[in-house]
Amino acid sequence: MRTYLLNRAWQSLLTLILATVVVFLGVRALPGDPALALAGEDRSPETLAAIRLQYGLDQSIPVQFGHFVNNILHGDLGTSIRTGTPVSSMMRTALPVTLQLAVFAIVLATIVGVGAGVVAAAKRGRPAEWVANGLALIGLSVPHFWLGLVAILYLAVATGLFPASGFVPFTENPVENLHHILLPVVILGTGLSAVIMRQTRSATLDALSADYVRTAKAKGLRPSAVIGRHALRNSLIVVVTIAGLQLGELISGAVVTEQIFGLPGFGKMTLDAVFQRDYPVIQAVVLVTATAYIAINFLVDLLYSLIDPRIRVGGEAA
Amino acid sequence: MSTTEAPLTPGPSVADGDADAPREVGRRRRIVRRLIGNPLAVISFAVLLVAVVVAVFAPWIAPYSPEQTDFARTFAPPGTSGHLLGTDDLGRDVLSRLILGSRASLEVGLLAVATALVVGVPLGLASGYFRSLDAVISRFTDLLLAFPFLILAVGLAAIRGASLGNAAVAIGIAQIPGFIRLVRSETLRLKSLDFVTASIVDGAGDLWVLGKHVLPNATSVILVQATVAIPAAILGEAVLSFLGLGIQPPDPSLGTMLATAQQFAARAPWTAILPGVTIMVLVLAFNIFGDSLRDALDPKGSRS
Amino acid sequence: MTITPLEVDHRSGSGSGSILEVRDLTVTFTTESGTVSAVDHISLDLREGEIVGIVGESGCGKSVTAMSLSGLLPRSARTAGSVRLHGTELIGAKEPVLRAVRGRDIAYIFQEPMSSLNPVLTVGRQISEVLQVHERLSRKLTRDRVIELLTLVGIPSPLQRIDNYPHQLSGGMRQRVMIAMAVACDPKVLVADEPTTALDVTVQAGILDILRELRDRLGTAILIITHDLGVIADIADRVVVMYAGRVVESAPVDELFARPQHHYTAGLLAASPAPGRHAGTDRLQEIPGLVPVLAVQPDACTFAPRCPAADAQCLGSAPPLTSDQNALGLLPGHAFACWHPCGKPPTSAKELKP
Repeated sequence: MRTYLLNRAWQSLLTLILATVVVFLGVRALPGDPALALAGEDRSPETLAAIRLQYGLDQSIPVQFGHFVNNILHGDLGTSIRTGTPVSSMMRTALPVTLQLAVFAIVLATIVGVGAGVVAAAKRGRPAEWVANGLALIGLSVPHFWLGLVAILYLAVATGLFPASGFVPFTENPVENLHHILLPVVILGTGLSAVIMRQTRSATLDALSADYVRTAKAKGLRPSAVIGRHALRNSLIVVVTIAGLQLGELISGAVVTEQIFGLPGFGKMTLDAVFQRDYPVIQAVVLVTATAYIAINFLVDLLYSLIDPRIRVGGEAA
Repeated sequence: MSTTEAPLTPGPSVADGDADAPREVGRRRRIVRRLIGNPLAVISFAVLLVAVVVAVFAPWIAPYSPEQTDFARTFAPPGTSGHLLGTDDLGRDVLSRLILGSRASLEVGLLAVATALVVGVPLGLASGYFRSLDAVISRFTDLLLAFPFLILAVGLAAIRGASLGNAAVAIGIAQIPGFIRLVRSETLRLKSLDFVTASIVDGAGDLWVLGKHVLPNATSVILVQATVAIPAAILGEAVLSFLGLGIQPPDPSLGTMLATAQQFAARAPWTAILPGVTIMVLVLAFNIFGDSLRDALDPKGSRS
Repeated sequence: MTITPLEVDHRSGSGSGSILEVRDLTVTFTTESGTVSAVDHISLDLREGEIVGIVGESGCGKSVTAMSLSGLLPRSARTAGSVRLHGTELIGAKEPVLRAVRGRDIAYIFQEPMSSLNPVLTVGRQISEVLQVHERLSRKLTRDRVIELLTLVGIPSPLQRIDNYPHQLSGGMRQRVMIAMAVACDPKVLVADEPTTALDVTVQAGILDILRELRDRLGTAILIITHDLGVIADIADRVVVMYAGRVVESAPVDELFARPQHHYTAGLLAASPAPGRHAGTDRLQEIPGLVPVLAVQPDACTFAPRCPAADAQCLGSAPPLTSDQNALGLLPGHAFACWHPCGKPPTSAKELKP
């Protein structure tokens, strides 16, 4: 297992380095003088000169890159050219909102998705399967930002059951926090739970036709034990590996959901930055997202190796 | 190979179709038969067919120009004479905008998947076939995966501005890793099969083996992946246009229609509901057809 | 415990000492391309301490027969007839009844020990599961019993092996684990479906020894399913030959090898290598043709299209399973379904028995 994890760690690090290079070059690919872009509205020669000095734009590309990496390693992600706020402190206020939204959505989607997937596989050919399959297909096909709009229209504006927008920090008022976050969580979780359901179902069907399930049945186990102890354990290995790849969808989904429900999170910060052409913020956002994605996928690999004894206890990876 | 005589084998014989060609034809016929026998597949295919025909002839089918405003008749509800599905905040015909918007959605869907195919399939083949390239291409795949499509679109919009083309490219790039991984694993599988190994041992050139044996046999999985990728791209376009990162107003797009409708949803719910339903029907049709196709191609039999 | 297979007349029905009585067992499957008949009216008996072999080519219905005994077939299967375990009818029995039987009274050993064991559970866990379901022992007692079982099937250092995962064991070891799992509750009937097919020849002998030892020690009745006549000759007391879902011949093992009556049996024997044969001069013979897949069982001998002795009678009506001992000088308990039996013994078949 040690070689496997070392290998994955090295691959993740390499990917991270490549991602940093891409982001760095991306900003250099901006049309025109990067100093102009970074300066925003104040285009006086003095400001431009200051920016060139600050970002080392007058130096060679490799030196600039070294400068760039050095700053990041010291926690300096740059400064917003619109507000003058350091990007790292903007992240500190925005990220908790997004994190709460994302984690709640993942938990909800996993419970619903795995549950429905197992039911669909176990009740193959019965009405329960058709209902679960149909709902998953719709969940996969409905644009969830539109579902959010409809939910606001009918559950918030028309009835007042939920607030249509806004956010209250959990530390300030836990009840209001949950009240505000519930609808966004459900909306963001819809698509994810549909994906997880379909993967769980297909992996469980595969597991149920495996020889070891026949053995389990031949032992006289109850169907619940056959599915829960034997089939699900194997199918979850598949689901966990694929769930890591859904993270990109989740990040994209969170941006839209925040926009619809007016949540002051990472997504809103990103969109504001794009429309205001706040390049340092965009650069930081892209870099932080890529880092988070790489880190979480490494954790998924770690989790995977913990569930699958074929990797954990010697032997070659299956 | 001899088979037992007819009277004893009214069922399918084990030795059915021993030559390659008849089996291939039989397989195709069986796939088509399975698709036709599945009502969901037929319905979804019909919906897609209608959507494509409407998209191709959109300018002639749409009753109005999608940009034609009529300030005397804003927010006309569906059923108003002359405006079957009503009008929006500027008095534009909702039906015409839906038709042109669907056309844009399909355009982005096809453009994005074409981008992903053109880059992803060759890289997947190379990655699975040439051991020396595998590590490099795998890192490239990981790198692409690290940028979610929305973040890619954000970056692209920041660098090149927001447009239909850039939205399609951003979505397409995000779909490349999926195609690389799929084609790579299929290539690895096919490469280990006897007939491909035999061809390699016989001294056939790498490109010849890839083009003659690997790619043709990988077509069905690529096709299934494409039918899943198109609806994903359509949803992606809607999201990007909704956020202002894709198709720009006044060009009709289902996403921008929803963005506008957000402000007036309480007053004119149809402007918010109809584009969403249109997206859903399109995407649902693709997904159902994709599922049916995968089931029909699955040698283990139906799984829906 | 005494083994006296030669005295058994298996057709005498619910004779004394029969643990398992199968009567007119019929299994059909519903598939995408219609109905397939897998097993057609087969009957067999299994006595305490007896090892019965079912032999036939792949697709002849032998595995389906094994699975149907305790209702393990998929839902697409339809089963009719009767399977009685100590007089209790199992066909059509409710699931809880069958669950109580599986693993406790009728236990299975499957062909592929790698895929038949769950890759993510330790072997100790997989063996103790059976004990927990049927015996409800304490955790400590269960573990002791698992170690005892691992020792019984000849696994060295069971204290370490108990916490291993299947992928850490060799193929032979895995099959021993499967056997330990199967005999955990001292089943009355052990069904071994191709237990040695996936194993090396050297390992095969060891596995057969264990099975034989279990029979001698615990009096377990064993139904061994194989296409390998060598295995049959090595271990079985009695043999049932199946073809296309039907029993075509059934006899004590020495009798069958000495005087096969059905041409299919004779063909199988001629197609098996035996010591004393000379490569080149004595070529192995293959039976021309394939086992047919049948939608409906015809009123004809299903082997007729491949049979050298077939005539119009064979195609016109199905021969019943009879024993015609006096005319052909056969031993009691030798039955066959053929209109034109072979009669005299073919040369060199006896040599199959090592």
